[in-house]
Amino acid sequence: MKKLSARRRHPLAAVVVLLLALACTGGLYAVFAPADKAQAEESAQSLTIEEGKKLYAVGCASCHGTGGQGTSDGPSLVGVGAAAVDFQVSTGRMPAATSQGAQVPKKKNIYSQAEIDQLAAFIASLGAGPSVPTEEQYGPEGADIAKGGELFRNNCAQCHNFTGKGGALTKGKYAPSLEDVDPKHIYEAMQTGPQNMPSFPDTTLSEQNKKDIIAYLHAVNSDETVNPGGLELGGLGPVSEGLFAWIFGLGGLIAVAVWVAARTAKAKKS
Amino acid sequence: MSSQEIPEENLPAEQDAHVAVADEKNPFADPGLPPHEHRIQDIDERAARRSERTVALLFTVSMLATVGFIASYVAIPHDKSVFVFPIGHLNALNFALGLTLGTALFCIGAGAVHWARTLMSDVEVADDRHAIAAEPEVKAKVMADFRQGAKESAIGRRKLIRNTMLGALTLVPLSGVVLLRDLGPLPGTKLRHTLWSKGKLLVNMNTNEPLRPSDVAVGSLTFAKPEGLEEHDHDFQNEIAKAALMIVRLQPDDIKDKRELEWSHEGIVAYSKICTHVGCPISLYEQQTHHVLCPCHQSTFDLSDGARVIFGPAGHALPQLRIGVNDEGYLEALGDFDEPVGPAFWERG
Amino acid sequence: MSTTETTESRSRGKAPAGERVADWADGRLGIYSLAKANMRKIFPDHWSFMLGEVCLYSFIIIILTGVYLTLFFHPSMNEVEYHGSYVPLQGQLMSEAFSSTLHISFDVRGGLLIRQIHHWAALIFLAGMFVHMMRVFFTGAFRKPREINWLFGFLLFVLGMFTGFTGYSLPDDLLSGTGVRFTEGAILSMPIVGTYISFFLFGGEFPGVDFVARFYSIHILLLPGIMLGLVVGHLILVFYHKHTQFAGPGKTNKNVVGMPLLPVYMAKAGGFFFLVFGVIAVIAAVAQINPIWAMGPYRPDQVSTGAQPDWYMGFAEGLVRYMPGWEINLWGHTLVLGVFIPLVLFGLVLMAIAVYPFIESWVTGDKREHHILDRPRNAPTRTAFGVAWVTVYMIGLVGGGNDLWATHFHLSINAVTWFVRIGFFAGPVLAFIITKRICLGLQRRDKDKVLHGRESGIIKRLPHGEFIEVHEPLSQDALYTLTAHEQYKPLEIGPTVDENGVERKVKGSEKLRAKLSKSYFDEDGQIPKPTVEEYKEITSGHGHH
Repeated sequence: MKKLSARRRHPLAAVVVLLLALACTGGLYAVFAPADKAQAEESAQSLTIEEGKKLYAVGCASCHGTGGQGTSDGPSLVGVGAAAVDFQVSTGRMPAATSQGAQVPKKKNIYSQAEIDQLAAFIASLGAGPSVPTEEQYGPEGADIAKGGELFRNNCAQCHNFTGKGGALTKGKYAPSLEDVDPKHIYEAMQTGPQNMPSFPDTTLSEQNKKDIIAYLHAVNSDETVNPGGLELGGLGPVSEGLFAWIFGLGGLIAVAVWVAARTAKAKKS
Repeated sequence: MSSQEIPEENLPAEQDAHVAVADEKNPFADPGLPPHEHRIQDIDERAARRSERTVALLFTVSMLATVGFIASYVAIPHDKSVFVFPIGHLNALNFALGLTLGTALFCIGAGAVHWARTLMSDVEVADDRHAIAAEPEVKAKVMADFRQGAKESAIGRRKLIRNTMLGALTLVPLSGVVLLRDLGPLPGTKLRHTLWSKGKLLVNMNTNEPLRPSDVAVGSLTFAKPEGLEEHDHDFQNEIAKAALMIVRLQPDDIKDKRELEWSHEGIVAYSKICTHVGCPISLYEQQTHHVLCPCHQSTFDLSDGARVIFGPAGHALPQLRIGVNDEGYLEALGDFDEPVGPAFWERG
Repeated sequence: MSTTETTESRSRGKAPAGERVADWADGRLGIYSLAKANMRKIFPDHWSFMLGEVCLYSFIIIILTGVYLTLFFHPSMNEVEYHGSYVPLQGQLMSEAFSSTLHISFDVRGGLLIRQIHHWAALIFLAGMFVHMMRVFFTGAFRKPREINWLFGFLLFVLGMFTGFTGYSLPDDLLSGTGVRFTEGAILSMPIVGTYISFFLFGGEFPGVDFVARFYSIHILLLPGIMLGLVVGHLILVFYHKHTQFAGPGKTNKNVVGMPLLPVYMAKAGGFFFLVFGVIAVIAAVAQINPIWAMGPYRPDQVSTGAQPDWYMGFAEGLVRYMPGWEINLWGHTLVLGVFIPLVLFGLVLMAIAVYPFIESWVTGDKREHHILDRPRNAPTRTAFGVAWVTVYMIGLVGGGNDLWATHFHLSINAVTWFVRIGFFAGPVLAFIITKRICLGLQRRDKDKVLHGRESGIIKRLPHGEFIEVHEPLSQDALYTLTAHEQYKPLEIGPTVDENGVERKVKGSEKLRAKLSKSYFDEDGQIPKPTVEEYKEITSGHGHH
């Protein structure tokens, strides 16, 4: 509750409230709309795709081609599915800057969730692909944290580090830190394999496996993670520990030694 | 090379050859120890009292901190965590014990040092040094004693005794060396073979189910172990250290190496997960470049080109496992690796 | 002052019980003779002389905490299923070594604190030894009669590295297991004997079920036992040689100036032990080290990125990381140069610093005792060599963390690796040249100061309008301190033909020595210190400007 009250005055709070209100209204309308529910849904769906297509033409077509077939500047989006769109756009990776370095970084998302859903619907209509996961799929209920840990060490830690702090890949590419990443996005990344990350489809890493991994990550890399020994030092292992030992350990002891060996102040200066 | 070969004039003059007082002749002479100056505590008893109180206070704080340590040990549950700004969530007991123990120790030290610095005499004293080497007479006496002892033992004269004794002393440590033999078995050909053999199914490490070609999508990464190897097995660690497998699917057109294509199944290739450098499990697979990077020493292999080394300290390509599909549609090995997996060694050839 | 002393001695006299105990001990151990020489032993005061104490005390702390840890640690690789209090590992299979380390960390009250003190103290111990060794090196404290003690110290540093490494491997976690795997790979790379040594060390194939127990006895018994012996020898020699001191008024090669062991150093050095322990305990309270629970149990088919050893092995790790992958196959055998060369280099680089004192004493041919320390600037070639060595070491450390450099400074890991590859060769050369120049510059400045005095900052206008800065002549103390260092003359080979016209054979080693001596001591190797004549000429001519 504290967090909520602190964020009430956030500049975006009004927008969030407005969106919530709109969603509620829309939802209520959908529930209470009397006739032809299915037909209404279908037409709503095609309307969404239509909207997505417009957004796509403005924001994405220059690189991915007008029909999502891909160009020399961007891969084909046929069959990548809604999950890939949701991941790439919500984390701000897409649309990418015109000149990116070795890899497209995470940045501020410029689309609303509604717009992202429209884009996703459009891309999904180009070819079958993984759909956006539901809370049920990535939520913590029924997850085995310890199993998730083992799976994480087997499939993920080699790039993302023991507890998801990230790591280096070849030629300036990197596996990003998984700190504060939305569980939904982690799920989508495993499903779709963004950029150079391999995908982990349900056939090789089951839905339950993914749920376990997300629960493990939450346990070891979130605001609530307990580091019993104190400062985590970035969770990077011996390198940061060594630096700390040199600077604060030996540095502190040398400072103490200077005090021990220094001459005591004299009564008068000669 | 003895010192005799160095002419005396090359060596600098002895430092203590300086005359003790500075005069016209030598302006750089050693002026001698500066006169002692008093500290405030030496001349002002009130200042000295203050120092005394500070030292006593530090020792008292130490005592209190020890009491605090014991109290924390008794009172704080071992699994209680607290949020401490700016460190984060940590174990309350560790934090309390560490701080109280640290304070108790530090204050003893600080008190003792403050006592030494402000209240104990700070008059500098000069102590003479004496040459480490013995005087010639001492040396002469020792040498004479030694010669006499050696003569009385007759070790120089009775060569048979000397030589057999040296022989015995040389041989006897061999027993100790021989005893080390049973530290382990001889290598034999163990490093050349893994659990893989013809017909063994590729079992997914995550789900523990045998893999079908349709399970492995282009751009995905899967790890497999040989059928029959379970985590509870007593030799699991030793076997998985050699048999761990990394499976990816490439577009057959992307495969540049002819043998790799032959040993693959519909673009599915199976490579050893163990780096050929020093044996780290290598699996940082970049699905767009088809490169795998080793997180330990950054050897980089190109999976689309026979897992050739393209960067880093590894000396040879990752071994590939030849795979096919059995009658029931599962992926199977068509034999063991045709070369030893993991780090290179002398007998590898 | 004198009154305190008398009261003290009187109060000591009032304690016949203590004296009786001392008498008893003296009758059996001869402690009075021992105390006569040592009770008022003089130690000079300088913060850098306490670096060795940092090492000694952290070593003691490591032994104390280590003994505590052995009470709970099970050095066994038997497989168990974990059911302790750390939830994210419950039900996982792991070795008993790993699960008992978890037990120490989560279920033994204060166990985590002791574990963290032990590990932090180990890192500080090694860092302290490194800095202590550099202090001794750059001040020339390794010269006669202290060469053997230098070797003792060097051995302690090397043994400390391996003791640290074996200890780091004991919990059998995924990070240290990766390090052990690397060790096994490095051993395999040794020509002819590699596979045999590996099979003997691990009791068969890697990882086997033996290495934790074997490393345990090496870590807690064999290596610390040797180290303890060396530490005692090191300290006995420090007492026997008496401490070195920096040049200064009243300080000569024949005396040692400072405060007596009893009471000042008893209090300062004794107090410093508690200060060191206190600082390390506080660090262990606030900063987490080696969280093995976050790394998980070792499995040879699992790994994490950022797999590094503790800092003191980082140099070796760097060598292995930036070595190109050379491998030669000949007559059915493989020469794994990509791993074996770094292994050899690791030893050679360490040996280079260890044998330096002997090389220097051979070049100077100086067989006298040295108890006055050099200021690093006054031994430019030695200082430059030392800095070049430290540069090689540091480049190794950078290379050992190349992945973290890449991620934290947004660089390419390949670029960082290439940088250290080039730096390994270019770095020490550059460091040598630059350091030597800086030393010579500082020597010139010292000379100027002696001859012309100190810049006072007071600007004076002369009658004809010129502005000059007034230079104050130095005090007698400063003049002495700045001119007290020794300067050698370069060695000449001398006439190769003797008075009878017989040509003398000049040995290659003799030529090399003359050449080295020249580079050490000719005008490019040192600035001649001001002579009395120069000084008189300038001062008598009112030449303060």
